[in-house]
Amino acid sequence: MTILKELWRSLIDSLVGLGAVVRFLLRMIVVTPSALLRFDLIVQQVFNSGALSLVIIMLSGLFVGMVLGLQGFQLLQRFGSEDSLGIAAAIGLVKELGPVVTALLFAGRAGTALASELGLMRATDQLSAMEMMAVDPITRVVVPRFLGGVIAMPLLAAIFSLIGIYGAQLIGVQIMGVDSGSFWSQMRGGVGLADINEGIVKSVIFGVACSLIAVFEGYYATPTAAGVGTATTRTVVTSAVVVLFLDYLLTAAFL
Amino acid sequence: MVRSPSGTPLNQDSPVVEIRKLGYAVGGRPIFDGLDMDIPRGKVTAVMGPSGTGKTTLLRLITGQVRADTGSISVAGEDLRTLKRADLYVLRRRMGMLFQNGALLTDLSVFENVAFPIREHTDLPERLIRQLVLTKLEAVGLRGAADLMPAELSGGMSRRVALARAIVMDPEILIYDEPFVGLDPISMGVILRLIRRLNDTLGLTSIVVSHDVQEISTVSDNVFLLSAGKVVARGSPQELRESTSEVVRQFVGGLPDGPVAFHYPASDYFDQLLARGEDH
Repeated sequence: MTILKELWRSLIDSLVGLGAVVRFLLRMIVVTPSALLRFDLIVQQVFNSGALSLVIIMLSGLFVGMVLGLQGFQLLQRFGSEDSLGIAAAIGLVKELGPVVTALLFAGRAGTALASELGLMRATDQLSAMEMMAVDPITRVVVPRFLGGVIAMPLLAAIFSLIGIYGAQLIGVQIMGVDSGSFWSQMRGGVGLADINEGIVKSVIFGVACSLIAVFEGYYATPTAAGVGTATTRTVVTSAVVVLFLDYLLTAAFL
Repeated sequence: MVRSPSGTPLNQDSPVVEIRKLGYAVGGRPIFDGLDMDIPRGKVTAVMGPSGTGKTTLLRLITGQVRADTGSISVAGEDLRTLKRADLYVLRRRMGMLFQNGALLTDLSVFENVAFPIREHTDLPERLIRQLVLTKLEAVGLRGAADLMPAELSGGMSRRVALARAIVMDPEILIYDEPFVGLDPISMGVILRLIRRLNDTLGLTSIVVSHDVQEISTVSDNVFLLSAGKVVARGSPQELRESTSEVVRQFVGGLPDGPVAFHYPASDYFDQLLARGEDH
């Protein structure tokens, strides 16, 4: 019950804070051109958010794919259509599980790191020190982290789906004995460009949402130990709710 | 003749910071109400006062991190009220600030921390950056620590690195926010000597906020004593020591009770002790 209450409260909070988030986003967009000039900083952040999340993304992708293979096989076998396991797993991964689970894992791994890093920089006066050195922290620190997350998310989602399909194949074809030819050919025939498109659009939008929430919470964290902790928690909770909510809207929009 | 960025000629004798009738409130609670203060050029000026009198807030106002509600502050001939964000940043390049805990960027080495403002604001060749950074690190005695990370430094060393970073762009004004908090006597002595030496050799104007009366008195040229948002005394350290004012005597002598009360305002002691019910 308390979890539900917490979720509900943070949903209300995030709606109230939506105006502040939008203003923050606009402020970031204004300075993005000058931040793009320092591309090395963005590459560094793609590494921090993306490359360092690879292991957790790949492991999770493998397991999710394996579960899909197992469950899908059990279900499809009832109708004698286990040959369709390939297309079922691929559609599920590319359109839904890939973007959504990646976004949730991203919020947990990279989002919390971003929020706590920025929160601690605030708490230890590093952001004020930058302002005093006439360096805008939004341009120098926040925007590269935000863009790094936005770039990393679709790449991570693609890797997640790829490994997931391999996992489904591992269980379905190698262990359960689905015919390899029909597994792959049905997948190739059934998964269209539109499906992949949907996955890419979703993961980009989730990337914007998760990165924005993380840098916003971190930048405006109360400059105390407790404040940074709260910012980190809020990042995960808000990101999860927002991602699932957006996923519903986007799925409906793509139908 | 020295000119400010907007072109107004600067008088060498005019104060670097002029505060007139400053009013500032946080959440309805007034911190300053009608504060006047002139900080002279080329001197070490100490701003002292009990905790909670708004010393740090005053620094934030002088550096334009927060804006005054009423009154005016002018720094190096620039009126902070009318300054746009971009102009404020131009002005800040002429200031250096040392934060209480150093505020070093934790993901950069000592060398890179000191090089940070140069890299952000100039396109100097690497060789020159190296020379500038090493010179400033040598000035604070930490050239040997250039490759260390901030986490590997002691409190005193962090502050010296931050000091090197604050002077690397050759500012006109150097601001210290509680530079002695939590330092051992040796580190404190080092920082004290640096404050005086940097001020004199680099021709700076230094503003030091502190409540370490004895220490700061040894290096400052003049002192402002703040209490309850007002300047209650000003003058040389010697004049302050000889002052007969009760507030000054309480502060300089470190007396627990006086004009600055030991007790936080509260209801009657006995009434509260004898009261029943949930009211503490």
